[in-house]
Amino acid sequence: MNLAIRDIRHNAGRFAFTTVGIGMLLMIVMGMGGIYRGLIHEATLLVDRVGADLWIVQGRTRGPFAEISRIPGNLEDRARAVPGVAEARRFVSHTIQREREGRPLRMVVQGLSWPEDRGDWVPLVSGRSLTQGHYEMIADDSLDLPLGTKIVLGKNDYEVVGLTRGMVGTGGDGLAFFTVSDAMAIQFDQPGEAIRLERAARRARVEAVDIGRQQPLFLDRAVGLSSGIPAFAKSQVSAVLVSLAPGADLEVVRRTLETWPDITVYSTEEQKNLLLSGMVDKARRQLGLFRALLIVISTIIIALIVYTLTLDKVRDIALLKLIGARNPVIIGLILQQALLMGLAGYALAWWGGQYAFPRFPRLVLISSSDLVSLAVIVVVISILASFLGIWKAMRIEPNTVLAA
Amino acid sequence: MSTAPAIVVEHLRKVYGSGRTEVVAISDASLEIARGEIVGMLGPSGSGKSTILTAMALINPPTSGRVTINGELALEGPHALVDLRAFRRKHLGFVFQKANLIPFLTALENVQIALEVNDLAPRAARKRALELLGYLGVEARAKNLPTALSGGEQQRVAVARALANEPTLILADEPTAALDSTLGRQVMELFARIAHERQAGVLVVTHDHRTLDVFDRILDVEDGMIQERKVHRDSPAGR
Repeated sequence: MNLAIRDIRHNAGRFAFTTVGIGMLLMIVMGMGGIYRGLIHEATLLVDRVGADLWIVQGRTRGPFAEISRIPGNLEDRARAVPGVAEARRFVSHTIQREREGRPLRMVVQGLSWPEDRGDWVPLVSGRSLTQGHYEMIADDSLDLPLGTKIVLGKNDYEVVGLTRGMVGTGGDGLAFFTVSDAMAIQFDQPGEAIRLERAARRARVEAVDIGRQQPLFLDRAVGLSSGIPAFAKSQVSAVLVSLAPGADLEVVRRTLETWPDITVYSTEEQKNLLLSGMVDKARRQLGLFRALLIVISTIIIALIVYTLTLDKVRDIALLKLIGARNPVIIGLILQQALLMGLAGYALAWWGGQYAFPRFPRLVLISSSDLVSLAVIVVVISILASFLGIWKAMRIEPNTVLAA
Repeated sequence: MSTAPAIVVEHLRKVYGSGRTEVVAISDASLEIARGEIVGMLGPSGSGKSTILTAMALINPPTSGRVTINGELALEGPHALVDLRAFRRKHLGFVFQKANLIPFLTALENVQIALEVNDLAPRAARKRALELLGYLGVEARAKNLPTALSGGEQQRVAVARALANEPTLILADEPTAALDSTLGRQVMELFARIAHERQAGVLVVTHDHRTLDVFDRILDVEDGMIQERKVHRDSPAGR
């Protein structure tokens, strides 16, 4: 006869409420693990998807995600010339925040190296990849920009031509793919007044020196487009992505690139490690500690509930001892109740999570291995939690029933 | 079946505390109950009845003295000579002032659990429990929880539980105190029937003087001492 189930059946309401409480607590523990997994997934998503073998970034930096990296866009051409390199693409990535319909709109602007890269590798749920060099964008559906939407960024309108799902940056903001030149136009957009003021300042500087006064052509160049002035830096990109030719040795190509003093080269794996050990590590530790704390709290709560349930059954346990029930019968009653409570709470947490987690603003990724490990943890904490009740039950004297 | 007395208690002494706080609960108590015999134990509150009962129930070992059940020495002073819980399971049945049924078990399960803890298979235990409930006239309430039973029905279920393992000795502590006089009498007569039909020794601690005629012998307890009262002429032993 299973005493634990009969007792639970008799106190179904109380058991149900208690289980709901434990279930919600476990759902938070489960969610913490999911948020951590989501962080890792989101952090490494782009690095995984973009399909580069090597990342060329600014020298002595850990860019472009862990810190700012600025390299000349023409580095792309230098990289292409290296034996073993099949393709080199400019990579631009920066986060912007704009207002749209009275609400903040944050997105990670991602530059595609048009025309080589039209975003064909971007997994679309609807629409198409880019077909023209300007004014088109592919947006993640988390940005809430339906197909055909036109938004103003900088001085231009951009139309959403493709939609992705779950493509977010390390901060959880949705990705928006543009051509590199559009991405840079958005990044370096300056009001006309600022441009005019800068040109005027240039004119004043040039006119102040002899060469400016004596060479009208020089003056014309100085007040023209900044991109047309050799002394001004070329437009900067975040990184250059290198894809190797079939059969090329990654280490050989890397050693060649590393001879250039102005850049640093990372493999995809190293780039992911930079993200995980830097940006995600603190969040991981914080979530891990919070999770451990919640597990301890769950253990204490289950222990107190089991202890209270045991106190309620003091007379029944005394009676069982009086009629000669062996200790395993009594231990089984308490242990099974603790386990049932823990496992029912776990099931409830899992079920609730199916509905709750997708509604979280950031990705909550529950992996099978996390589910299994949490189930094991729940079993262990249920057993640990039952010790207090078992300890109490073992101390109950059979003659308590006479006193009652 | 063994011909040994159901229980023999020799020179039982129970002292609580020590030195200046020492209280002698039982000074020197001896008694014997044969199988098939129902014995009443009477005495004022604090006379030591409950201490004697708990010592006999092997749940409160005496300071000195011996308790022998079914010919086997179980307690010698405070020392247990047998596995007391196993011994209780095998030889003793208990009935209390309140039925003390487990609230989350049905009447049937309350009897069945006593059989299952004695290693009877669940199916056999269920069958035997039903038989016992039938014997005590509460078979129809087998599936009811204790809260759905009347006081008398609860006490009958408690008696069925006490009888479950064919005990050598049934110890009843004021089993009619919570019942009205009619029900109380019925329960006492039930104990007498059990003692005689099932050849179990029955010791009933009671304050109810209206039912003394059911006892074969009556023991008076006063100041931790036991004295045997003369058997009533109309008692079953005298008939």
